[in-house]
Amino acid sequence: MSVADYSWLNGLLGGALIGLAALTMMGTIGRIAGVSSIYSGLFKPASTQLWQWTFIAGLLVSGLLFQWLYRPIALEINSSMPILVIAGLLVGFGSRLGSGCTSGHGVCGISRLSPRSLIATATFISSGILTVFLTRLIQGSI
Amino acid sequence: MRTAISGLSAFVAGAIFGVGLIVSEMANPKRVQGFLDITGQWDPTLMFVMAGALVVTGVGYQLIFKRDKPLFSDSFSVPVNRLIDRKLLIGAAIFGAGWGLSGLCPAPAVVGVSTGSWSVAVFVIAMTIGMKAYELLVEKN
Repeated sequence: MSVADYSWLNGLLGGALIGLAALTMMGTIGRIAGVSSIYSGLFKPASTQLWQWTFIAGLLVSGLLFQWLYRPIALEINSSMPILVIAGLLVGFGSRLGSGCTSGHGVCGISRLSPRSLIATATFISSGILTVFLTRLIQGSI
Repeated sequence: MRTAISGLSAFVAGAIFGVGLIVSEMANPKRVQGFLDITGQWDPTLMFVMAGALVVTGVGYQLIFKRDKPLFSDSFSVPVNRLIDRKLLIGAAIFGAGWGLSGLCPAPAVVGVSTGSWSVAVFVIAMTIGMKAYELLVEKN
């Protein structure tokens, strides 16, 4: 599948599926599909529950099956390893400090019209935009 | 039994989530950074993904919350904290910086691990350490 085959329809459809996933979580077990919270829960053995493991497993398995049965997953990473380490640390720390990420705040929170999530999402999007801008500035491509 | 069926439900949810990320290419860091690159080659894809997700979840949540409880649990576990404080703002800012640097966040990173990419694996390990660091440095106080 080439770049030309992609369209905004893929975005809408994919987004709808993400929404469906969130609805599945809430409708079946009454949980927010906040991946940073679910993932970080895996490392708290005293309180970890099966559904947290299986949710993460579902993400992994969908990726494996998609590649196996259909086509490779587009994954274009421009960042160097040191940058990825820093980025990972920031995402990990920040998502816990801010009590959520793009799925938890961005999708689940905003859908509930949570002011907390609206503000958090606006903040991390702004921060992301600024970061990309500064990165490009430093790299000299601006 | 409840644990098993809850586990299965979450698995299905995770799988649907993963397919959504892949189809929308939110699992592709380049697309995410493209959205954040508003002064450059702006890629609006993420906007459409959010639109699709918010419409479905927004409407669906309204219907789900009309019920008194979920299918396989005794109650809904919805966050009640409404406080907009420094932790939220600083946390989101830090998260956003990491997201902008890499184009990755937890969900796409986990999906990305399934490709066998070393870059994603490094990110996920660092992310895990970052989460643990928060627990040890902040939560414990």
